[in-house]
Amino acid sequence: MTAPLIEATGLSVGYDHAPPVLRNVTFTLHAGEIVTVVGPNGSGKSTFVRALLGMIRPAAGQVMRRKGLRVGYVPQKLHLDANLPLTVARFLRLNQRLDDTQVQALLARTGVPLLAAREMVTLSGGQFQRVLLARALANDPHLLVLDEPTQGLDQPGMADFYRLIEALRTDIGCAVLSVSHDLHVVMSASDRVICLNGHICCEGAPSVVSNAPEYRALFGLGTGGALALYQHHHDHGADHPDHTHDHTEACAHDT
Amino acid sequence: MTLDPFILRALVAGVLVALAAGPLGCFVVWRRMAYFGDATSHAAILGVALALSFDVSVFAGTLATALTMAFIIAAMVGRGWAMDTMLGVLAHSALALGLVAVSFVPGVRVDLSLYLFGDILTVTTADLAVMAGGVAVILGLLIWRWQGLLTATISDDLAQSMGINPARERLVLTVALSVIVVVGLKVVGALLIAALLIIPAATARVYARSPEGMAWLAVWVAAMAVIAGVFGSLTWDTPTGPSIVSAAAAFFVGSLAGKAVQRRVWPSEPAR
Repeated sequence: MTAPLIEATGLSVGYDHAPPVLRNVTFTLHAGEIVTVVGPNGSGKSTFVRALLGMIRPAAGQVMRRKGLRVGYVPQKLHLDANLPLTVARFLRLNQRLDDTQVQALLARTGVPLLAAREMVTLSGGQFQRVLLARALANDPHLLVLDEPTQGLDQPGMADFYRLIEALRTDIGCAVLSVSHDLHVVMSASDRVICLNGHICCEGAPSVVSNAPEYRALFGLGTGGALALYQHHHDHGADHPDHTHDHTEACAHDT
Repeated sequence: MTLDPFILRALVAGVLVALAAGPLGCFVVWRRMAYFGDATSHAAILGVALALSFDVSVFAGTLATALTMAFIIAAMVGRGWAMDTMLGVLAHSALALGLVAVSFVPGVRVDLSLYLFGDILTVTTADLAVMAGGVAVILGLLIWRWQGLLTATISDDLAQSMGINPARERLVLTVALSVIVVVGLKVVGALLIAALLIIPAATARVYARSPEGMAWLAVWVAAMAVIAGVFGSLTWDTPTGPSIVSAAAAFFVGSLAGKAVQRRVWPSEPAR
């Protein structure tokens, strides 16, 4: 087995004098893996990803990234000023050189082949997300990082997007690290789900329940199995035997 | 028609300012820093007062106060202050304080309107040299950092993920905005520098199809406004700085009207 892409040990991150947002997190990401990080708002998910990518310096612990690691980053939805004239093609060329054929190929790959000449501010939420993804694929990444990629998409849109990610992973073999604030519904292709709330509360595989009637009741038939449920198994949840405990509280008390 | 040397110098000064104000104004518009430009340029009046009292060059005085103001604001933005009110406080306090300070300057009564509204027709060859230096600094910074500036303007996160430090890009803009105050002081004056940043950029936006195209177009609009303003001011004996800004405003209205007509004549063009 090849060396892991990213290996974090005893990672703590804080801002200024506030108590640390992340405490003692140890995490390994292997090539080709799909990992979904879930957690409530303010649980340090984005901070975790930024620390892994070296965008912020940890207060303690260390992060080892494989040498020459290429990362494709899909940020949370951008707020573009309408006064910035920016076509999709020009956006893809931000800080990188791409010819027209490469731009077309990237857009075709993410299912939006006709958008190259459109202005970014005129795109729908789903189109915008796919353009962000296309840009992230330009450097042929080993790792695709998605920060809340499905924010503002409806459930079929979310399922479509997850299916696309799954196909891309199969295609180019990149690992995927995806962050979501949805605690219970995750990409069914996830190899691992990590529940974060300042520390790693629990981790495991999503339950593949797409044939169960409860799943159909929740998602209908339009999502084609791209979404799955994640059941939280917290070892400190003894007083909540049925796992329906208030997740935020239970985790916040743990150290 | 022959041009008097002072008119020629005025035109050269105006075109110099336009070269820098075009692209810099685009960033002010894209990043919604309009009020930032106001505060920095209003601080220039305080710099004028200090320069006159300590008998140093007015350029040096304005650069010092503009830089100080710009860094105070940049630091406050970095700490997450609610800036709308604070900028209002800073901008107007700096202006008022400057006006009060000027009245304490002993000796000759200073003609303040020169610094408030500029007087491009009094630009000297030495002034032109300083302005050319300032414009070279601004254009050098903007061209050198263009990709990084643009990426950080679109998203700090995206920039960081590409190894661009958004704080450094903000610093570049902070410095450039301070230098433009010095460059523009004699052309349109402290009160109207922000207008020369914003109006040409806003005019260019109507027709631009790319960030670079918008910066270029803004340079042209600003330069034409300067030329129209200078000759308008000579023809009708109006104050030059306000005439330049009025010309820019007329171009802005004209560009909107032109776009509306264009939409009507070729309605098939995709809406923007």
